[in-house]
Amino acid sequence: MATVSVTDISKTYPNGAQAVCPASFEIADGELIVLVGPSGCGKSTLLRMVAGLEDITTGDLRIGDRVVNNLDPAERDIAMVFQNYALYPHMTVAKNMAYGLKNRGASKDQIAAKVTEAAEMLSLTPLLDRRPSQLSGGQRQRVAMGRAIVRDPALFLFDEPLSNLDAKLRHQMRVEIRNLQRRLNVTAIYVTHDQVEAMTMADRIFVLNAGAIEQIGTPSEIYRKPASTFVASFMGAPPMNLLHAQADAGQVRMGDVALRMPCADGAVQLGIRPEEVSFSPMGEVPFKLTLVEELGASRLLHGKVAGQDFVVNAPNDDAPLADGLMLSFPAESLHLFDAQSGKRL
Amino acid sequence: MKTNKRPIRPSDVIDHLILVLGALLMLFPVYLALTTTSHDNVLLSKEGLQFWFGDQMGQNFRAAMFDKGGFSEQIDGTAMLINSLILGVGFAVGKIALSMAAAYAIVYFRLRFATFAFWVIFTTILLPLEVRILPSYEVVTGLGMANTYSGLIVPLLASATGTFFFRQFFLSVPEELVEAARIDGAGPGKFFVDILVPLSRTMIAAIFIIMFVYGWNQYLWPTLITTDESLFTLVRGIKQITQSVFEGNQIPEYGQAWALAIIAMLPPVLIVIFFQSWFVKGLVESEK
Ligand SMILES: Nc1ncnc2c1ncn2[C@@H]1O[C@H](COP(=O)(O)OP(=O)(O)OP(=O)(O)O)[C@@H](O)[C@H]1O
Ligand SMILES: [Mg+2]
Repeated sequence: MATVSVTDISKTYPNGAQAVCPASFEIADGELIVLVGPSGCGKSTLLRMVAGLEDITTGDLRIGDRVVNNLDPAERDIAMVFQNYALYPHMTVAKNMAYGLKNRGASKDQIAAKVTEAAEMLSLTPLLDRRPSQLSGGQRQRVAMGRAIVRDPALFLFDEPLSNLDAKLRHQMRVEIRNLQRRLNVTAIYVTHDQVEAMTMADRIFVLNAGAIEQIGTPSEIYRKPASTFVASFMGAPPMNLLHAQADAGQVRMGDVALRMPCADGAVQLGIRPEEVSFSPMGEVPFKLTLVEELGASRLLHGKVAGQDFVVNAPNDDAPLADGLMLSFPAESLHLFDAQSGKRL
Repeated sequence: MKTNKRPIRPSDVIDHLILVLGALLMLFPVYLALTTTSHDNVLLSKEGLQFWFGDQMGQNFRAAMFDKGGFSEQIDGTAMLINSLILGVGFAVGKIALSMAAAYAIVYFRLRFATFAFWVIFTTILLPLEVRILPSYEVVTGLGMANTYSGLIVPLLASATGTFFFRQFFLSVPEELVEAARIDGAGPGKFFVDILVPLSRTMIAAIFIIMFVYGWNQYLWPTLITTDESLFTLVRGIKQITQSVFEGNQIPEYGQAWALAIIAMLPPVLIVIFFQSWFVKGLVESEK
């Protein structure tokens, strides 16, 4: 259990690639932070710097009240769960979990007690004598978790731990990891590129883009108030509709559509989520339908608004599939972004 | 009960015929050695190879193993067998230890010029012992290692092949395993002993087989570097026994020589059989 405090941390690889731009943040005790972003944005690099597997180019990293920049991974009091689990193939489940404790000089009794406790927590007790090759993917995942928790670390690190599992198992493990983390009350940093995982698990989400932290916020802040067009289009499925528009004199215009909105004059992007628009005869925005996708509970209607691509997520029953549909945009669901920088206005 | 047996086809018969003939061809010299050993020297020197068993087998083996032979009448078959085992095992174990250590250094440590070092080691494949035998002899005798076990073994140890195989294997061990071990607090020594060596089991077994047989069959180097008969190995000893007897005015002890040849064949065969079962198990359990 510890806080993590990061000041201007950055990473430049020896080949000159800057993987993480200087970033500062604080993580509170017991918090679960999710780092999310597209492939190659530097999530793993940031996590591995915290773990001590990658040198820190500049900045300070504190875990608890120690600066750990120059400490070995083993001395940082962390545990890490890897994407492909990285279990020792020649050791049994019990030995896999015990190895870290053994290296720290724990006594046999202590080790046995810890392993039994963790195995119980993760329903691994009947599997303790198996080798990793004799386990299913989900069970391996649990062993990797077990290896992390037996050590009582101050900080859990997860690098896409669920991405090798099928959808159902992923859901189940997601809940399990979340519960475990709450129960043990250990600070955790969790890397994923899956926004559903990010939304459901996080206390706070860090959205990364090309090595820079684009936004830090709770899941609902990220969803309600995306700080930029990048965050708006990255979080949410289907992504937020973004329309190029021109603001002038209290109005936002796209082609012949005009919405009344207070806003400084200039080029803007207007954002609205597909699930927050509705069809209505009173609507002020004409919608030209081109394609329908059935999702079961709802439908995705692809089409054009003012000549730009637009998606509507409509409940199954009341979507009239005719031409000449009118949409209404609730004022509280509209987001405005600067056209150049993409920043929220 | 009905079994789902495939009908035997003519091609099956031919396949098996070829296999059986091949096996017989390979086994025939062994059979010949066995039958020839079982006759006495007088008969052998008169009539040469024998195709059926006689009654002298036990006698010849006993003489080969326990009668002192050679110029100085100092060494018997048992001692030579032990010498051969020391050479074979020492050679294989030494080679494995050395090449694993070299590969470990090259793969896991950020050495300057690690790749260069590796290729330098690799080019020594072009310089087998036979090519550098004079300088090697010079160095070893200069160090006073002639007529010692270390003189027999050490100069043969440096092995580019072993280093190469272990390097390739270590490169295939997932990076994350190394990192997990680092987080688990395993330093370089512990990682090597606890993780890398157990993972390399099958590699070690394979290289042990090859190197043991190679060491066991060494002839040229032991001939050069040992003049003391108590250090003679089996492979050399066979020759020595017949030779020494030629020089005396007696009938050559062919029976003993044949018995020694058979004894010399056995350990490599046993090693292969023993390690192979292990080897297959390792492959089937595939854990990586
Ligand atoms: N060892 C390295 N040397 C040079 N550049 C690297 C190295 N490792 C990663 N990079 C670069 O750093 C950037 C960030 O990589 P990182 O692995 O952190 O991405 P990621 O966000 O984890 O992506 P993914 O979701 O695909 O795992 C990438 O552009 C990558 O090419
Ligand atoms: Mg990654």
